[in-house]
Amino acid sequence: MTSGPNAEVSTAPFVRLAAVTKRFRETPPALDSVDGVIAGGRITGLVGPDGAGKTTLIRLMTGLMLPDEGAVEVLGYDTRKDPASIQAAIGYMPQRFGLYEDLSVQENLDLYADLRGLPLAERSRTFAELLEFTDLARFTTRLAGKLSGGMKQKLGLACALLRKPRLLLLDEPGVGVDPISRRDLWKMVENLTAEGIGVLWSTAYLDEAEACDHVLLLNQGKLLFAGSPQEMTGRVEDRVFRLSGTVGRRRERLARLLEEEGVVDGVIQGEAIRLVMEPGLTPPSLEEPSSGRATATPPRFEDAFVDMLGGGPGGRSRLAETQRPFAADGGRPVIEARGLTKRFGDFTAADNITFDIPRGEIFGLLGPNGAGKSTTFKMLCGLLKPTAGEGRVAGFDLRRDAAEARNRLGYMAQKFSLYGDLSVLQNLNFFAGVYGLSGAKKRERIELMTQIFDFRAIHDRSAKDLPLGLKQRLALACAVLHEPEVLFLDEPTSGVDPITRREFWTHINGLVEKGVTVLVTTHFMDEAEYCDRISLIYRGQSIALGSPDEMKARVAGKDLPDPTMEDAFIALVQGSEAREAE
Amino acid sequence: MSAEPKKRESERSGRARRFAALVRKESYQVVRDPSSILIAFVLPLILLFLFGYGVSLDTTQTRIGLVVEEATPLTRDLAASFQASRYFAVVNGRDRREFEDDLVLGRVRGIVVIPARFAADHAAGRHPAVQVIVDGSDPNTANFVQNYAQGTVANWERQRTLEGQSQPPAIAAEQRFWFNPQLTSRNFLVPGSIAIVMTLVGTLLTSLVVAREWERGTMEAMMATPVSAAELLAGKLLPYFILGLTSMTLCVLLAVFLFGVPFRGSVVALYALSATFLMPALGQGLLISAATKNQFLASQLALISAFLPAFLLSGFLFEINSMPTVIQWITFIVPARYLIPSLQTVFLAGDIWPMFARAIAVMFLIGCIFFALAARSTRKRIG
Repeated sequence: MTSGPNAEVSTAPFVRLAAVTKRFRETPPALDSVDGVIAGGRITGLVGPDGAGKTTLIRLMTGLMLPDEGAVEVLGYDTRKDPASIQAAIGYMPQRFGLYEDLSVQENLDLYADLRGLPLAERSRTFAELLEFTDLARFTTRLAGKLSGGMKQKLGLACALLRKPRLLLLDEPGVGVDPISRRDLWKMVENLTAEGIGVLWSTAYLDEAEACDHVLLLNQGKLLFAGSPQEMTGRVEDRVFRLSGTVGRRRERLARLLEEEGVVDGVIQGEAIRLVMEPGLTPPSLEEPSSGRATATPPRFEDAFVDMLGGGPGGRSRLAETQRPFAADGGRPVIEARGLTKRFGDFTAADNITFDIPRGEIFGLLGPNGAGKSTTFKMLCGLLKPTAGEGRVAGFDLRRDAAEARNRLGYMAQKFSLYGDLSVLQNLNFFAGVYGLSGAKKRERIELMTQIFDFRAIHDRSAKDLPLGLKQRLALACAVLHEPEVLFLDEPTSGVDPITRREFWTHINGLVEKGVTVLVTTHFMDEAEYCDRISLIYRGQSIALGSPDEMKARVAGKDLPDPTMEDAFIALVQGSEAREAE
Repeated sequence: MSAEPKKRESERSGRARRFAALVRKESYQVVRDPSSILIAFVLPLILLFLFGYGVSLDTTQTRIGLVVEEATPLTRDLAASFQASRYFAVVNGRDRREFEDDLVLGRVRGIVVIPARFAADHAAGRHPAVQVIVDGSDPNTANFVQNYAQGTVANWERQRTLEGQSQPPAIAAEQRFWFNPQLTSRNFLVPGSIAIVMTLVGTLLTSLVVAREWERGTMEAMMATPVSAAELLAGKLLPYFILGLTSMTLCVLLAVFLFGVPFRGSVVALYALSATFLMPALGQGLLISAATKNQFLASQLALISAFLPAFLLSGFLFEINSMPTVIQWITFIVPARYLIPSLQTVFLAGDIWPMFARAIAVMFLIGCIFFALAARSTRKRIG
């Protein structure tokens, strides 16, 4: 969001990483010989999927952990020799904020002010400033535990800023925060850099990486890239294309394109397909004008990341190929929500949610944490009884036949609801049993999953010891063992690396082509792009419903010619708030 | 020139301020967290009521079978004194075989046989014997029946001697119980349970709250501030030390005023003993939480390594002298073993300082060991 680090070229590095290696018990090290610098006066993005080593690297910088090899130097102090001097000069916000939930906003501030030795004389001024800065002045007496995710994040930031640190370390500040708070937070941090403070912002969201001044890209403990995001996207300049005009069959088309020579990467983007080509090649469709129109489009960080990793996986899904097709049955919707409402006491968690999902569609519930997505989701799984309204899945009324309905659906949760202490094979056996498979059918399905996902070699490993990507595959395998006609996915790919994410969506796209119907909940804007239609859920209400492209078109205007999903989300939320205020 | 001392002074005031802030934070949390109140006040009340009213080791009205093999005035007289005893509920019979099954099934706790020769032996001046058959699988009750049966016979003898109907026995042992003449078990169970209560607050609660800080990530945020590990530990300990003493005070007041347990020692001794006991208790709590960093594990470990030993291996319920030798050795590292006899003494006998001094010394030593271990494992490091 700023133009770059050029203004602060003279700034000496605040953090110097020299061949830093950290090993835990597992054999591939958590950090493998990482070099890098973090400068003052700018935002450095520490970017990488979950499990890449981001948190470990930040802890090494705080001196709370020591490297096994190499050295970490922060503000001129070696973390081995002088952690106390470092801790006196940095602000650190760990992933879970470090707030005391049963202390009020003011009490948390007082505590950290005392711990950081903020002189009494400066307190009232500093508190007033920070409370205004974070817009928390109205909530000083509220317990921290009762704040929303975004407010907690801001309070955590305020606590870390009490005694103007020279270096601010933020571990995934964008997680669990709605896009509006996330933008606020970003602006606050940006203001800090103007005062010369160095900021490290770690994230698994690649769109956040694009906004940083400088990026350290980690993957599986290795530093893949260090430099400006422009330098990163420059690597795939002129190689990214948008294929439009393929409405309806775009998933099948993407699958075929991905198998073609010269295609590095491809994803669904609303009604279009986004393609990254080998240098010098153009998308095949340009030669056959009947199948859509390809236009060059500005590259994004993720395009370059996938290219750097050697390209995405192919477009074939063996899972989908073995799936028996579900015939279209007269256009009757597979999932129906009619005025679904859930009240907890006088709090309405979901208010009159209505939508239909026809067979073979991917439908998304998009919204920040706590908006009411999960409540709606749980009512449709038959796990929560609606206060009013009704839901039907595969023709079964959830009030009367919840068990029947559940037999037709496969469920995969964000945290991959696997049994960590069971082996891969035991998990497969267990879920097959739960879904009522037995005998030859059970053996056959488990064998098929083992082949498709290549589980043979890891059959005996505990699920909790698997790398994130394998866990994801296993969770998917467990959810589709019983060939469900409906799939419920709860934030299925947030935080996983882009390759695993593509592999996952290739399977889902393939299944959808065979007539499987998919409901996704997510707060992750990128996941929304894979959906045919989405419903924006905010404060318990559906404030907009339509295809991703329709949503974007609704908010497009002179000052926002090509809005992202996040732009659309923010504009729609603000519009709904404005209407409510009237 | 004055920069150095000034800096040192500001460091000292910073340390004091940090410590005060940590103590204040912890106190707010104790007051606002229902689980602290539960463990520090509700659980102790439940325990105390359980031991005050529910559990009693006194056996009154134990059912026994009484077999009088030959009915003579003399044996009838002895049988009558068994029937009159408030310790026994007597079922009469003519043959011990009538009661054998009952004894096995636990319907009677013992069989007292007044044999056919009893009257004859008595008349001949020989020492007449009464047979007592008990169920050795329940040694407590068996002992009780045996002792009280002997006591009943001895009383009967004495009674007859006084009335001049019998020759006095050559030597008669007369029993007298000091300090707790009625041998009311409540009088030693309640002081003992106060030690259990302090174990709950000191070890269980402390280990839980420290583990919670690890789980919620607040410990990590604390550590990245200028706070030192020692300040962190001390800031945790002081509030729970005070909470432990408050909880103890509540229990003592209840014990004395509600249960009528005598309090013959001094308040100074009570607090000196309790305060020292809290050292190993808190130290153990800290050590457990530093080692586990997980509330579930911490609670399990605290229950197994502190609560149960305080119950079972401290002499609270079971006599240490009757334990196997190996177990007896283990009891030496159980801090409650030193506190409970001293507490019982404070309540029932009074101040016996040589005994207290030894207990205090040993508890202090164990406390120091726990603290050293806890401090070692609570460095400012993660993972």
